[in-house]
Amino acid sequence: MSVVFYLLSALTVGGALAAVLMKNTVHCVLALTVAFAGLALLFLGLDAQFAGFAQIMVYIGAVAILVVFAILMTKGSETPTEPVHSGSWYVGLAIAAGVFAVLGSVILDSVWGLPNETAVPAVTVRDIGNALVGRYVLPLEVVALLLTAALIGAVIVAMHEKARSK
Amino acid sequence: MTPLVAHLLVAALVFAIGLGGALTRRNAILVLIGIELMLNAANLNLIAFWRYGPHPEALTGMMFAIFSIAVAAAEAAVGLGLVIHIYRHTHTTDLDEMNRMKG
Repeated sequence: MSVVFYLLSALTVGGALAAVLMKNTVHCVLALTVAFAGLALLFLGLDAQFAGFAQIMVYIGAVAILVVFAILMTKGSETPTEPVHSGSWYVGLAIAAGVFAVLGSVILDSVWGLPNETAVPAVTVRDIGNALVGRYVLPLEVVALLLTAALIGAVIVAMHEKARSK
Repeated sequence: MTPLVAHLLVAALVFAIGLGGALTRRNAILVLIGIELMLNAANLNLIAFWRYGPHPEALTGMMFAIFSIAVAAAEAAVGLGLVIHIYRHTHTTDLDEMNRMKG
């Protein structure tokens, strides 16, 4: 494994840890953005350029901004004085550690017979576009419907009560 | 350690961190952040299997990852809308104080 992979992994895991552990909510979202960027760079390292740039646009460009707006609208931007983790945090920590132990042991115990360790897949964005409107056109339509429904649903749910009754 | 195993281990670690965050944070928005981290870890798995698996030209794993990104974006929008709506009623995002579903 290359040095780049280790650096990106450290960036991603560090960002994720900071997002979960920091006290100030806005700082958490900034750390989450670092984790998203590290994941996007890992995608690029895996020769998945389209997914990497989609990750940057959707997560860093949209989701992180959306979360920041939600935090500012709920007055969560000041550093809380009470503890940010629940009283039973050790249970959650134990569950997370157990899940990681199981996943890690299964990954390390598996014998991978995958042949394609070195060959770079020759896939262009044109191929992805053709696949999206060819073989995967039904999932594409379903996702379009889902995004429309989610957009309308999010607006209706977050709308003011007074504005709705008018 | 092969590249595939290394990527899967990173994804498992990010998933566990996200799970820990979703289970332990008090703020509802940060629970959503933990869920986003878990979804992203799954995406890394899908891309890694697409890259190192047979027939990457079939684009199966890539398509799974792209659709998963779209669904996660929809989930974030609806989840944050719900949090803002609950905040209007209870004036808190602390999950320990949200103990009733009645509006």
